[in-house]
Amino acid sequence: MSQQQATTESPLMRAALIAVALVFLGFFLLLPLLAVFSEALKQGAGPFLDALHTPDALAAIRLTLIIAAIAVPLNMVFGIAASWAITKFQFPGKALLITLIDLPFSVSPVVSGLIFVLLFGANGLFGAWLAEHDLKIIFAVPGIVLATVFITFPFVARELIPLMLEQGRDDEEAAISLGATGWQTFWHVTLPNIRWGLLYGVLLCNARAMGEFGAVSVVSGHIRGETNTMPLHVEILYNEYDFVGAFAVASLLALLALVTLVAKTILEWRFGLHAGARH
Amino acid sequence: MIHLRGITKQFGDYPALHGIDLDVAPGEFIALLGPSGSGKTTLLRIIAGLEFQDSGTVQLAGEDVSSLPVAARNVGFVFQHYALFRHMTVADNVAFGLSVRRGKHRMAKAARQARAEELLRLVQLEGLGTRYPGQLSGGQRQRVALARALAIEPRLLLLDEPFGALDAKVRKDLRRWLRDLHKQVGLTSIFVTHDQEEALELADRVVVMNQGRIEQIGAPDAVYMDPETPFVSHFVGETNRIPGPGGEIHFRPHEIIVSPDGTEAVLVDNVFRKGAVWRAEGLLEGSGQFVELDLPSNQAAPRLGETIRFHPHRARMFNADGDQTQGETR
Repeated sequence: MSQQQATTESPLMRAALIAVALVFLGFFLLLPLLAVFSEALKQGAGPFLDALHTPDALAAIRLTLIIAAIAVPLNMVFGIAASWAITKFQFPGKALLITLIDLPFSVSPVVSGLIFVLLFGANGLFGAWLAEHDLKIIFAVPGIVLATVFITFPFVARELIPLMLEQGRDDEEAAISLGATGWQTFWHVTLPNIRWGLLYGVLLCNARAMGEFGAVSVVSGHIRGETNTMPLHVEILYNEYDFVGAFAVASLLALLALVTLVAKTILEWRFGLHAGARH
Repeated sequence: MIHLRGITKQFGDYPALHGIDLDVAPGEFIALLGPSGSGKTTLLRIIAGLEFQDSGTVQLAGEDVSSLPVAARNVGFVFQHYALFRHMTVADNVAFGLSVRRGKHRMAKAARQARAEELLRLVQLEGLGTRYPGQLSGGQRQRVALARALAIEPRLLLLDEPFGALDAKVRKDLRRWLRDLHKQVGLTSIFVTHDQEEALELADRVVVMNQGRIEQIGAPDAVYMDPETPFVSHFVGETNRIPGPGGEIHFRPHEIIVSPDGTEAVLVDNVFRKGAVWRAEGLLEGSGQFVELDLPSNQAAPRLGETIRFHPHRARMFNADGDQTQGETR
């Protein structure tokens, strides 16, 4: 660069800042990631694959996929509905709704889990009624789904609200003025306008849904082969000193994180999401 | 064609429109002219059905549409920022209003494409149908928006600040082009603008709005030459306001006769060329009012510090209530 920018630091300062950033990243992100994979593959590929092939591990993987398959579409629908309502209409309580959407981010996941125990547990608000009707929510799959939905609530909505605010209502108004119905407008105009932001939000939502530990741990009951998700399974194996098994399952979760990161980067690069210029 | 009666609208505590009455004849080209906050865009959106009045009625072609939504009114609306669908080609944008038709109005794809092409020809964008809006210039986008609005064969065309987002040169070309298009298509049209030049150049009749009320309705020439209120007088065209008996005297910078026995005197403190004339600015002797005068530029430029004596040969007088007390003076 031939021109000096006013904000440019001296070369020494620049080198120092870059070094700090790299050391920090290496120590806190790269090293642990490498550790996960090296521990998992310590005794070779055979034990690694065997560890993933146990019935309990397979059950945990299956349960995690089921939970994500329920929670992610639910939050996608909720996220679109909430963003639509917030950005296209004026209504009382709008500010409160925006604040509430962020609640799961500001509350400790353990507390989030506890909320559901207090509501649906044996001594909870609806506990007696549930027992009467022989319905099980806490220490069963429905509880895990509820906790996961709660935890991953904000991802899609938070991605869409700024995007839809920026886009305004003109496109929708243009569509209806041309005779489109509400559904046609949503399908042909709104959805295409938000599709990449939506995909981005869904991606983050999915990563969290599969990786959530705290809230799920509280409501799950840790019943092997039944209410154990992958993160919970990792903990159990680790506590039993089955390090290869624990790290093998953990490496799957780490892999999910990597895939999410790559997909996120591709989306950002390809469609200029969050490129700064547009937000 | 359009009959508005007693239209009022309030946004929260803010009154946007107070009892608007307006009649538009078929084929007319009307400008709603006013500063921001005058209610002109709100009125346009109420006529379209994008907004609803608190009271009053909207009649289109003899039909009371007061409570009909925009989709049922069959009006073409062109948005200030075009609102083109960015993920659709230009041709798909133009054909959108046809492609969403269902039931007996459903149109075959080939017919829709043919219609889109026809419209692109009308707005002189032939051959650009396969492009995306992002690949077009501002002026081209505006014309696509127009073609899209015309595709549904609306009974009325409404344009919100149609040239607002364009630069000066494109604006001028597009203005002339739109006037020709209106002559060619003959569709009753209303456009909103804050630019008086635009309104005077394009419209058959200008509706001057201020603070939610109509100040004056008239032909461009009438609005310019015979403003009925002080607001119209200084909003449309340039106006000097000097104190007079029982109110204010309004006159344009060019409505003056310079002579040694003129009744007014100005000490010139700034002179510049304004197109075909010299513009001299200064304070009026006596009242200290700032005035602008236009002097023929085939004569020598007025000098700084010179005192120009003149009197308005044509002026309007308004009393303190804003009522016109006298049309012309000599």
